[in-house]
Amino acid sequence: MELFGLFNYWVFALLLMVGFYAVISRPNLIKKLLGLSIFQAAVFLLYITMDKVEGGTAPIIQKGVDDAIYSNPLPQVLILTAIVVGISTLALGLALVVRIYEAYGTIEEDEIQQQDLNR
Amino acid sequence: MSLATQLPALQVAVPLLTAPLLVLLRGPGLAWAAACAASVMAFVIAISLTASVMTTGAISYAMGGWPGPYGIVLEIDALGTLVLLLVTGASTAALLSGRASLGLDIDAGRQHLFYAAWLIVLAGLSGIAITGDAFNVFVFMEISSLATYILIAAGPDRRALTATFKYLIMGTIGATFYLIGVGLVYMMTGTLNFADMESRIADVSDQRPILVAAGFISVGLALKAAVFPLHLWLPGAYTYAPHVVTAFLAACSTKVAIYVLLRFDFFLFQDNLVGHTMQFAVFLVPLAILGILVGSAVAMVESNLKRLLAFSSVAQIGYILLGASFANEAGLTAAVAHMFNHALAKGALFLAVAAIAMRVNGLRLQDIAGIGRRMPLTTAALAVAGASLVGVPGTAGFVSKWLLLQAAFAQGALGIAAVVVVIASSLAAVFYVWRIVECAYFGNAQAPGDAAAVVTEAPLPMLLGLWLVVIANVYFGLAPELPVSLAESAAADLLRHVP
Repeated sequence: MELFGLFNYWVFALLLMVGFYAVISRPNLIKKLLGLSIFQAAVFLLYITMDKVEGGTAPIIQKGVDDAIYSNPLPQVLILTAIVVGISTLALGLALVVRIYEAYGTIEEDEIQQQDLNR
Repeated sequence: MSLATQLPALQVAVPLLTAPLLVLLRGPGLAWAAACAASVMAFVIAISLTASVMTTGAISYAMGGWPGPYGIVLEIDALGTLVLLLVTGASTAALLSGRASLGLDIDAGRQHLFYAAWLIVLAGLSGIAITGDAFNVFVFMEISSLATYILIAAGPDRRALTATFKYLIMGTIGATFYLIGVGLVYMMTGTLNFADMESRIADVSDQRPILVAAGFISVGLALKAAVFPLHLWLPGAYTYAPHVVTAFLAACSTKVAIYVLLRFDFFLFQDNLVGHTMQFAVFLVPLAILGILVGSAVAMVESNLKRLLAFSSVAQIGYILLGASFANEAGLTAAVAHMFNHALAKGALFLAVAAIAMRVNGLRLQDIAGIGRRMPLTTAALAVAGASLVGVPGTAGFVSKWLLLQAAFAQGALGIAAVVVVIASSLAAVFYVWRIVECAYFGNAQAPGDAAAVVTEAPLPMLLGLWLVVIANVYFGLAPELPVSLAESAAADLLRHVP
């Protein structure tokens, strides 16, 4: 069961590499940004996984319940911040792609490089 | 509750809160004045924090009154204040002198937004230097990075956009690696507060996630710091950014990442990974030496002035890491002092380039031929700052290079190899700085007559700002007590876990 117990971490590593591969192998700038988003989403999974406590519940203190096990809320809060950062990065990246398209008329990296070389 | 006790919070709050106000101030002149005021204020706060750190030792400030490790604590020590001085000083000098140059690069209608982004970079970078919370470092790093992308993309050339995109991809990967590392450390220690981590990590140092975290954090920050071979974003970003932005970023942004790297490696991992000193050195020394050699070699043949100086920055980052990788007091003092002195030299050089760029078309070496006769003051400043970059005695660059050589000599056989590399690279620096100076003073302008005749001296505020930084280069070369004493106490601080 060791392998299954670490299932989330395997998915984390897989997603991380899928995203990273997309970033380095695709010449299309939008696809690069998609890869970057997958890359960041993998980290969200890492944080969310580490806060899970077996049988744990939401950390809300209730009257009459004093033997509850709580999941750790802190990583969820942290990752909320990281999600906001990820969205901002994606938005800024897409804005840049729009401007690159206006300036070059293409969003393929190799064609952009070709245009810069030909000048 | 006097205002003085709130200075650490104000250090970040002043620029961060002025930024949205700038968006409301539509006039470019007004926005510039407000940005300058905020930056000067941040610089004054940094100076007063430095003064109190030097007299009474490190300052700890509980944000919002929530004590650590539960709240976010701002921890300001000698190394932090040095970085703080760099960041706020570079921003102030660049803003005060750069108005005319920025006016050429950016539409008047968008300048207020540009200055707002500038202040956010300032807030983020100074936040990294003072925070005592690992996750807070990530947040500030992304605040400053996102705003930095905006500043660079504001460059007039369309290649600024592609350079920014490259930087955005690589910067985000670096920050995400850092985030993974912090997550793994949190998983093992259950805390994000640096001081708390330091005391708890000893119990879990045999756990593999800590080793993995050390790898992720080092590589992520190395990307941000443009350590060779992860420097690929740097030349493009420096070359195509607006000239004044380059002066600001070249002076401080990579140093801030190196600062975080040093903090993590020496405070957290030093004592807690088996053979960490060796691993740290084995990881950094080859990269540092290759960075020095490759950066210098490319700078020798590069003909675009800004790209040349950018590759020289890659080499200079190598010097800083080389000093740090000795992991002893002399080496770290040299590394930290070099952070300060290189920022002075590079800041002055890029400001001089910005001044020249206002008066000539293009920044290839042949474009600046004969500029020494048309712009004597700017070119003289360029020459002095270049001398500081080379490490001529009497300039700031000499002090830290001398410290670095001394530290290297004490290292035995490997140290001698390092000395050879540093000297070879210094000779390369003599060569490329001389190429610039020779071109500027003795080159013949290709298009004589009307084109060259209109070239006149840069505007007065630019010259004043430039010469102020150049004089600082000479002053800290002749009287290096301030950076060296800060560097010494920073080194002593960093080495508190080394047996």
